[in-house]
Order: sequence, then C-alpha cells, then structure tokens
Amino acid sequence: MLDATLLAGQVFNGFSVASLFVLAALGLALSFGLMRVINMAHGEMLMLGGYLAYLTYLVVPGPLAILVAMPVAFLGAALLGAVLELTVIRKLAARPLDTLLATWGVSLILQQAARSIFGPIGVGVTAPDWLNTGFLLAGVYIPSTRLFILAVAVVVLAVLGLVIARTRLGLLVRAVNQDRMMAAASGINVRRVDLAVFCLGTGIAGLAGVVLSLLGPVTPSVGQSYIVPAFLVVVMGGLGSMVGTTVAAIILGLVSAISQIFLDVSMSQVLMLLSVIVFLQFRPQGVVATRSRALEE
Amino acid sequence: METLLKMEAVTAAYGQSQVLWDIDLDIHKGGAVALIGRNGVGKTTLLRTIMGVQKAASGVIRFNGADVTAQKPHERARGGIGFVPQGRHVFAHLSVEENLTTGLSALAGRGRGLIGQGVPDHIFDLFPKLAQIRHRKAGVLSGGEQQQLAIGRALAGQPKLLLLDEPTEGIQPNVVQQIEEALRRVRTELGVTIVIVEQYLDFAWSFADEYCVLMRGRMIRRGTTAQDSAADVAHLVNV
Repeated sequence: MLDATLLAGQVFNGFSVASLFVLAALGLALSFGLMRVINMAHGEMLMLGGYLAYLTYLVVPGPLAILVAMPVAFLGAALLGAVLELTVIRKLAARPLDTLLATWGVSLILQQAARSIFGPIGVGVTAPDWLNTGFLLAGVYIPSTRLFILAVAVVVLAVLGLVIARTRLGLLVRAVNQDRMMAAASGINVRRVDLAVFCLGTGIAGLAGVVLSLLGPVTPSVGQSYIVPAFLVVVMGGLGSMVGTTVAAIILGLVSAISQIFLDVSMSQVLMLLSVIVFLQFRPQGVVATRSRALEE
Repeated sequence: METLLKMEAVTAAYGQSQVLWDIDLDIHKGGAVALIGRNGVGKTTLLRTIMGVQKAASGVIRFNGADVTAQKPHERARGGIGFVPQGRHVFAHLSVEENLTTGLSALAGRGRGLIGQGVPDHIFDLFPKLAQIRHRKAGVLSGGEQQQLAIGRALAGQPKLLLLDEPTEGIQPNVVQQIEEALRRVRTELGVTIVIVEQYLDFAWSFADEYCVLMRGRMIRRGTTAQDSAADVAHLVNV
C-alpha cells in the first residue's frame, strides 16, 4: 500500500540520506578533482569524526556537546588528512594505483587502531534532548536528528560554495583545477593548494562522522559502510564536480529511501548499484562533465 | 652588462628521448632575445626548462645570481620569471580579472600587501581591451584577447624576465601589431627582459636585439639582429 504520507516521509528520509552521502563524498570529489587521487582511507575520516564526537561527549557532556564535537571532529580529521597527504599521498603523486593501495593500507591500519583503542563493539553517542524530538509536518513525522543532518549538509555546501567562489583560496583551487602547469608557472604553490583541499575534504568527512554518530553506533568499520555509496556518488556526479556530487547524492539518497518502501535494505542497495550502472550507460561523463573537449584547446 | 639568466650545459629529455643538448645561454638584463628554428627543434622545451615546468636532466640554470636548477616553477615565478606558453593556457572558466589575479601569486614573499592591492593599473594601460572585458570568462575570448590576457597575467607577477612562446601564432595581423607595441613598452617602460620564441623572422628582427638558432636540440648559432640580417639565417629556419 502506497500512501502519500509514507511516500512523503521516505522522500524526506531520502534527502537526509543524501545529506550523509554528500558529506561523505565531498572530500573524495574535491581531492579527485584536483589531484586525481583516490583516498581509500576516506571512510576512516568519518570513523575518526564519530569517535571524536564520542570523546567530546565524555569530556563536555551536556546538551551542546554536539556543537562542540563538530569543530573538534573537523579539525581532528583535517589534521589526520594533513598527515596522510604529507607522508603518503604526496610521495606517490604521479602513481595513482600505488596511492590506491597505500591509502587502502592506511585504512586497515586506522580500523585496527580503532579496534585496539575503543574495542570491536561500537560506542554510542546519544543525541541531546533537543535533537531527540520531532514534529509533524503535513501529517509526516519529521525527526529532529534528520532535519539537523540536512541542515549540516546545507550549511557545509553553502560555506564550501562560498569559499570556492569568493575567496582567494577558492580562486587558487579553481586555477589549479583547470591548469596545474600554468597555475604553478603563475606562482601558485600547487602542492600547498593540494594540501589545503585535501584537509578540507577530510575535515568535512570528520563532520559527517559526527552526524553519523547521531544515527547509530560508531564502530571501527563504520567508514566502510559509507565509503561505497560515497564512491558511487563521486563517479555518478562527474568526478570532482561539487554540483554533480550534490545532485548525484540526492538522486541516490532518494532511490535508496524510496525503494525501501517496497524492498528490504539489501535489495535497495542492489537497486542503487543498478541505477548507477544504468545511469552511466546513458551518461558516462556523470551529472556534470568536469572536462569538456571544447575547452581543452 | 649584468647577466640575468645563465644556462650552462643544460640538457632535457622526455622519457628516453633527449630534446636539448648542451645548451649554454646567457641573457643580460634588459635584453630581448629571439629563439628561432624549425618545428620540433626544442624551442618550446627550452622555454619550459627555464620556467621549470620541464626538468633539466643535467646542467645548471642561474637566474638573477641564484642557482634555480632545483627550484619548482612557482618558486621561479616568485623569483621573477613570467611565462606565456604556447597555446596561451588562460584559465578558461575564470574571468579575465580572476586570471590576472592568479598572476599576483608570483608576488608572494616579495613585500607585504602586494597581492592585496589587486591587479596593477599598468596592465590595463598596456591592454585597454582587458579592462573592457574584465568580467567575461577567458574561455569565450578571441585568440588575440586570450594572448593579451596571458601576457597580462604574467606581468601581474612583476617579472624580471618574460618568456613568450609564439605570441603571434594564429592571431590576426592588426592584433599582432597591438601585442608587439605592448611588448615594446614592457621592455622600455617596465624594464623587463624578454625571451621570445618566434617563427616569423621579420617579427624577430624588428623586436629582438639578439637571436639564437636551435637545430636538433642544439644551439647552433647566435648573433645580434643589428649585425646579421634575417636573410643570413633564413636557410637554418625555413624548411
């Protein structure tokens, strides 16, 4: 039985799933767009964000702990991103396949580290009371946590969009993105721009980790369950485009949520994968093509 | 005369194939040197090696008294080398003004606040057209406008040495004249030393005071445009 309220509820859920996808995928898209690097340890930045949220709750309990946890997780994940970029990715700059393997290794190390420190069973973060409510909107129950997640994603996208479009750093990022050789020859320290973007991306993944902790336990492998949809979003979005990433996240979020009206969770995953495959058959360049041939020459 | 750029036994290679052999070159401050030669003899590679976007396989490059052989392109740009590559390489999705602003990056470390002052007026003075189209995306400009933008962007970094790779290629004659005029002013008013790769000997002779002929990756002849005539070297350049 399909009624309008159920559908509306799932559409709303779809948007909140899309919010998580976009937060998880933005960092991947940014660093792939700029450096053509695929960071397999990106999921562990979410995990780190989740554990940092947990630790923040231990240190500063209270209703506003989540608001403290967000900058903590952002900075923590950005810092780990900086270490990863400087020690691994930079050294393998011209070897994409080796980067893939090396960051996968880092991912395993980080998961095991989390297992050793926090144990194999997940730790829980309880949402503060002001998020543990919800309200009815036109007959649809809207849980506050999901609205909060949506708000975080919208704010992150807006801030990131402003940074890229309006700041000096954003201008340098766009220049390096378009023509790395010429950017360097114009005096731009391209490696430093790479580092800044990579840290920004892992920082956003850290934020995603905090948001995740509101929905379920933080486990050592929590990043793994989000990294696959995040990769799907990046590929479908057009490899490195912010707008494309957002649109793809919304499409996949909606597909996943709406299909769950009819299907169980694993079948809806299958449907999501299939829809990406079908989509790429018809539009292999993704939602937004980052490089158009007309502009190459 | 004071030497600005000095190359000693510089070689360069793409993978296994060597493109430049034992290049010795010194360029004095205030000079204008034309690099000439047939297609594929290494003129572009030589410019790229000076800029550092192509690594020298061996040899030493000294610029403004310092050994820059190991420096990255952005360090050389900040040291005072400006680059206008073949094909112009404007940032197609950035506006004219944004393109010029990226050029200010070369001022990093050269005095506080230089970057914050924005694009200097003398660039719009040299290329008035750029002021009119400052908000348009570089990708939609004509070849001549893009060329002026590429030169303007390099000048925004206040270079001591400007490297130009065929700035007149594929540009209509009246615009070529404007660019030539602007380049003369860059030399005389801004005191910028210029190295230019040029196919057309007429342009090379009217603009440069020295010429270097490259053949198969080697520098085979060098002289002044005052002493030798273009006809003397034409057989080394034309097919």
